[in-house]
Amino acid sequence: MSTPPLLETRALYRNFGALAAARDINFRLEAGARHALIGPNGAGKTTFVNLLTGVVRPTTGAVLLKGRDITGVAQAERVKLGIARTFQINRLFRRLSVLENVYIAVAERVGAAPSMFRPAGRRRDVVDESMRLLETLKLSGDAARRISELPYGRQRLVELAIALGLKPEVLLLDEPAAGVPSAESHIILDAIDRLPREIAVLIIDHDMDLVFRFAERITVMVSGAVFATGSPREIAAAADVRAVYLGQASRG
Amino acid sequence: MTEPVDHPAARALAERHRLRIWEAIPWLLALGFFFAFPKHLGFGTELLVTVLFAISLDLVLGYAGIVTLGQAAFFGAGAYTVGILAKQGIWHEPITGLLLAALVAAAVGFGSGLVLLRTQGLTLLMLTLCTMALLEEAANLAHDYTGGFDGLDSLPIAPLFGRFEFNPLYPTTQYLYVLAVLFVCFVFVRMLVYSPFGQSLRGIRENMLRMHAVGAPVRGRLVLCYTLSAAIAGVAGGIWAQANAYVNLGTLGLDRAATVLIILVLGGHGRLYGAFIGAVAYISLSHFLARIYPTAWQLGLGLLLVVIALFARNGILGIAAALRRPAHRAAS
Ligand SMILES: Nc1ncnc2c1ncn2[C@@H]1O[C@H](COP(=O)(O)OP(=O)(O)OP(=O)(O)O)[C@@H](O)[C@H]1O
Ligand SMILES: [Mg+2]
Repeated sequence: MSTPPLLETRALYRNFGALAAARDINFRLEAGARHALIGPNGAGKTTFVNLLTGVVRPTTGAVLLKGRDITGVAQAERVKLGIARTFQINRLFRRLSVLENVYIAVAERVGAAPSMFRPAGRRRDVVDESMRLLETLKLSGDAARRISELPYGRQRLVELAIALGLKPEVLLLDEPAAGVPSAESHIILDAIDRLPREIAVLIIDHDMDLVFRFAERITVMVSGAVFATGSPREIAAAADVRAVYLGQASRG
Repeated sequence: MTEPVDHPAARALAERHRLRIWEAIPWLLALGFFFAFPKHLGFGTELLVTVLFAISLDLVLGYAGIVTLGQAAFFGAGAYTVGILAKQGIWHEPITGLLLAALVAAAVGFGSGLVLLRTQGLTLLMLTLCTMALLEEAANLAHDYTGGFDGLDSLPIAPLFGRFEFNPLYPTTQYLYVLAVLFVCFVFVRMLVYSPFGQSLRGIRENMLRMHAVGAPVRGRLVLCYTLSAAIAGVAGGIWAQANAYVNLGTLGLDRAATVLIILVLGGHGRLYGAFIGAVAYISLSHFLARIYPTAWQLGLGLLLVVIALFARNGILGIAAALRRPAHRAAS
């Protein structure tokens, strides 16, 4: 066999009571991938990200990172292994400043967070790395502001900044531009376009323009199962995909 | 490597822990009180112990967002440690006695924290309350050691440094001793809340799910914070027992736990100095109200709390902070 994919699932199932939110998902994410996951509302996309990150445990099946079985590995440990995500609905430290939000992530990654006997500000390395990250996302102007004072679109950028502060190998973006006025969404999409190739990106989005422009591979999910996987061209051409999904969403 | 980023936000974070001039005020007032009101040092000692206890609560509630109604469990654990050791003739020296009180309270905090901190919100609140009630009942039943309902009095506490007696009628030693211990504990908590660890506690308070998603060992941090807070509450309880030469079931009771919670909410939680302001405000208010409405003063306090809960979520210090900020930011 050749080298294992970066992230892989094997026969992944997850039931919520009678509802099968994930059904027999065999999925591969290659290193440096630009992969999109699409599907109608309630298809199980977020559940799948939760399974990959350890928020939700599979009923059966396995998650593998570089060939290693991480199904039993806790959420925080998976972050240390290089899997980071953003949330469909903002999960930010709302009463803290933008800089502090990123600081928390960076401090956690570099192992500064447990330290009790020196002030947080003395870790200039963490402060500076956080500031530089904000600069690359054109957020430094808001660094001192509280999250709760920011417009939603800027908050979405902080979601991304926190995930990037973890220096992940795998980045899972759950509808990164959801809830952002279309006039502002390009700022987020530009930031995603500029992500370095060392990061493998799995993006969930309902915006077909974005998906077909960004992705080199697309997986379509319908009611908990993978319906189709292929290049954007293959997906666009598949008549049944159009019927279940693309037909409902505008593509022009 | 690369040069530091010069940005107002980076500078503000880098200098956040610097001492401000106004931070000397509470300590100067406390010293001033010693000289100005020599007849009221008993009252002053009680106030300082209350501040220390409130600071312990601020660490868990204000910074880590752990909602607890059972903080007096640790106060009582510390108080009974000092009381039982002294009464049984095992240990009389005050400073090491406080360390023992801290240790016992920390052990109670660690043990209960391991179990309780799996839960959140209302469940957690109820469980902290139950833990405290269990301890209180245990203290009531272990009559031979704790004196049961009557408690233990006339505790033989050795003079401080072998020289300064704890005189219950002229509590000058007690006052300065409590003030010094309060100062040491405060410096410790202040260091903690401005450290990266303290920053991660704020993160847990603001969004626990996100903290998991940045790879933080959330429960370990919470248990550690809870244990440290318990140790400080234990010191508060221990020093209270030493200063009064006395322990009773009230040290473990809901009354004490609720009062300290009210004090913190009144002063402002998660603000370090809220404990000071809250304790002074609470005690002055209850004295004032008790004088004008001797029978119904608690009603006035209750009404005030409702007003604070509705209109000033961050307490007195929160109001002060909102007034200092530009209007458009205060509005949000
Ligand atoms: N924790 C849970 N408990 C019970 N049911 C759940 C849970 N999480 C998700 N579900 C259900 O699983 C199904 C899939 O939900 P999921 O959020 O994964 O869909 P999605 O594809 O992300 O949808 P959307 O496009 O609306 O975000 C839904 O029917 C949802 O109600
Ligand atoms: Mg979703």
